[in-house]
Amino acid sequence: MTLDPSCLEYPNRRRGMDHDLYDWSCILDRNVPAWPSGKPVAAAVLVSLEWFPILPEDNPFRAPGHMQTAYPDYRHYTSREYGTRVGFYRFLDAFNSHGVKASIAVNSAIAERYPSIISDIVSEGHEIIAHGRDMNDVIATGIAEDEERRIIDESLETLERISGTRPRGWMSIARSQSFNTPGLLKAAGIEYMCDWVNDDLPYAFRSGFGEILSIPYNHELSDRQIITVQQHSAESYVEQMKDACDWLASEKVPRILPLHVTPYILGLPYRMAAFEELLGWLSKREDTEFLTASGLAMPYLS
Amino acid sequence: MREGEKDPGLYDFRPYRDRPEIKWPGDMGVAVWVSPNLEVYELDPPVNPHRKSWPRPHPDVVGYGHRDYGNRVAHWRMAETMAKYGFPGSVSLSVAMCQHIPEIIEHASGLGWEFFSHGIYNTRYSYGMDEAQERAIIEDSIKTVRDATGQTIKGWLAPALTHTPRTMDLIAEYGLTYTCDLYHDDQPAPVHVKSGKLISMPYSLEVNDHYGFFVYNMSPREYADTLIRQYDRLADEGGGTVMCIPLHAYLIGQPHRIGPFADVLKHINADGRAWVTTSGAIADHYIKTAYDATIADTRRYAPDTAKGKDR
Repeated sequence: MTLDPSCLEYPNRRRGMDHDLYDWSCILDRNVPAWPSGKPVAAAVLVSLEWFPILPEDNPFRAPGHMQTAYPDYRHYTSREYGTRVGFYRFLDAFNSHGVKASIAVNSAIAERYPSIISDIVSEGHEIIAHGRDMNDVIATGIAEDEERRIIDESLETLERISGTRPRGWMSIARSQSFNTPGLLKAAGIEYMCDWVNDDLPYAFRSGFGEILSIPYNHELSDRQIITVQQHSAESYVEQMKDACDWLASEKVPRILPLHVTPYILGLPYRMAAFEELLGWLSKREDTEFLTASGLAMPYLS
Repeated sequence: MREGEKDPGLYDFRPYRDRPEIKWPGDMGVAVWVSPNLEVYELDPPVNPHRKSWPRPHPDVVGYGHRDYGNRVAHWRMAETMAKYGFPGSVSLSVAMCQHIPEIIEHASGLGWEFFSHGIYNTRYSYGMDEAQERAIIEDSIKTVRDATGQTIKGWLAPALTHTPRTMDLIAEYGLTYTCDLYHDDQPAPVHVKSGKLISMPYSLEVNDHYGFFVYNMSPREYADTLIRQYDRLADEGGGTVMCIPLHAYLIGQPHRIGPFADVLKHINADGRAWVTTSGAIADHYIKTAYDATIADTRRYAPDTAKGKDR
């Protein structure tokens, strides 16, 4: 038995990264700009607001949270819709109560189907970032570049038409990108993307069309990871977020505490009180402020 | 190993009872070593037909980015927490780190950490290698670590835990003295090899942070409690046990996990019953003081020898 010789060749074994997408950088060595308030911890709430067609597609793979049973999968279709109708409004009310301005990653199908939600998001002062058209829009290497461009352009155009503002930020379905994605996003006018999970601060990312800002929303601290994947309780999620906040604050320099949350996960009646308690706890901290993605981007784009 | 046989013949049976005592330096009953895996993963590696590198098409943004977090943010968080409580690292190293991020190697060297090989990259697997190919990664490992740190590696943890039937014989032939790939004991034990002298170093999958968080789905505090129970038990039993704490910066160095983990190191440090050391120091001490006694003791349990006949 012999392996193909390419398995023992290392063409990218060199100083820095094994690719040209971004430079290596140790977080301790950077000259880090302050957040607008001067507080070290930016609690960055990011909500995924998604529409799952009852006809799932697997090209190139099925998005997390999508249909699971044979057709028609009423249980998952309606459970996800529950998040949009009910859980998301619990979120909006909690954000209002605690002075939270959030970023909402919205499938453009949500805007087309439920334009009143978009009005509510906009009138309550939250930021909309683009998130594909619907949950069949997974991007990955293997889909045609034209199709990927169509997903990006159509979702931006729809959100702009219905919300009145062209989104500045992007989050991919399942955080999945092809090698073309950063360039296509930049060409479409996107200033920051929220898919990568390799840092606690924004950093510059190269694309075929110039630099784009990468704003990391660490998936390890998401409700999906902690509650759905690792099967912890909402109370444990809250304890873990508080421990994370305490640690980041102890570093005394700007850091992001990402709160990537999902209406059909944390917005359930038996979990919601824990999340509200967390928002209240964060809002009372002297060293923490709530920032949207555009707030995180501001010191890096100005 | 005995390739193709039901028993790979890696070591002899010896029960965890009535063993000659191993005394760690300072008459300590338990040796504790912490093993940060300093790994490099590739965004777009060549395909090994026996194992896929990433579950999603390349670039696997979440899989790759998650691991890259260790090399941009979490390494220093983990290392400084270890240093604060007096724990050196015994590094399971993707040796390509020496080329990619020499700053991490210099930082670890500066803390007095020891290095052993974990292959070239954690996206290159040994499955399917012929002998010349496997020799190439062992020789590469020895040379790369020596050039970068001046250290001569003594140990091996197979890249992504991928082995061939030849691995143990080859690393022993090149003068390495311990393998971290065998999980049959809480003490070191001789490993059968064609040449040289090789022992198994108790590493751990069960209390590895990867298993804790993604096999057993523990919360950060549950994982910390697990490590403390593991330590307390091995310290209570004493007699020359070994506890390894295998870590990955991208897991343990997350902001929600590092605080509870710091409490574990504080607990072991304050307990005072542990020889807190490196894997190389454990191997050296065991080979010097206990290896021969273990071989002699093992003969009692050989099935084809009447009990005590050859003593």
